[in-house]
Amino acid sequence: MLTGVPEAIFYILAGIILGSAVMVVSLKNIFHCALFLVLCFFGVAGIYILLSAEFLAAVQVLIYVGAITILMIFAIMLTAKLYSAKIRQSNEQVIPGIIIVAALLVATIFTLSRTAWKLSYETAEAQSTIGIGKLLLTKYVLPFEVVSVILLTALIGAIIIARKE
Amino acid sequence: MVGLSHYLVLSTILFCIGIFGVLTRRNAIGILMSIELMFNAVNINFVAFSKFITPSEFVGQIFAIFVITIAAAEATVGLAIVLLIYRNFKGIYVDNINIMKW
Repeated sequence: MLTGVPEAIFYILAGIILGSAVMVVSLKNIFHCALFLVLCFFGVAGIYILLSAEFLAAVQVLIYVGAITILMIFAIMLTAKLYSAKIRQSNEQVIPGIIIVAALLVATIFTLSRTAWKLSYETAEAQSTIGIGKLLLTKYVLPFEVVSVILLTALIGAIIIARKE
Repeated sequence: MVGLSHYLVLSTILFCIGIFGVLTRRNAIGILMSIELMFNAVNINFVAFSKFITPSEFVGQIFAIFVITIAAAEATVGLAIVLLIYRNFKGIYVDNINIMKW
């Protein structure tokens, strides 16, 4: 690969992710927020590809972009009045929120810049999908089954919570 | 060379943006969106650690898959609760919903 290309892709993707994330938390129209959320999830999928996790990138696009965001847009359509841009969308905690978040950011980045990570320089296996599939059905089969029961429970719970009495 | 710290800083900033959204949004759906941003930041961390620290096994990626699944379940139940709140309170602005405060 050409030198400099992965860096450029990383910085472009990071710009897309962070810019659209800021839009998600700051825009007034909640529907536009949902659209920027889609853009942010696509950027994260690009980061997964850059980290050579192709299966996870596909899962990200399928579940986050395809399912969760559509669910959010459904909920927005069913609840909010879309064209009421006069409604305040943020509470009066914006200034304390910025201070707290900036403090957390500085503390976390300070900590992780002083941590010595045990980096490993083995070459990764080329096909992550095969390895993930094998591990999911052998070593991690119990969490796999538990998580499917959790999904079923959430499905039934959502129906029972949202139905009319 | 894009190293581990690049990804960690990216995910830290994304997580902080998500926390800011949770702290300041009035709309319950906006809060759920900010929570999804935080889930994504955590997943970037998992995959980055998986690539740079244990590249021969896929534990981080498998954990990220579980996180995505739990996030889907959380979004489903959360939006069902939002619909129920909308039906009972005629609005989803969380500063009006304070029946559990006294």
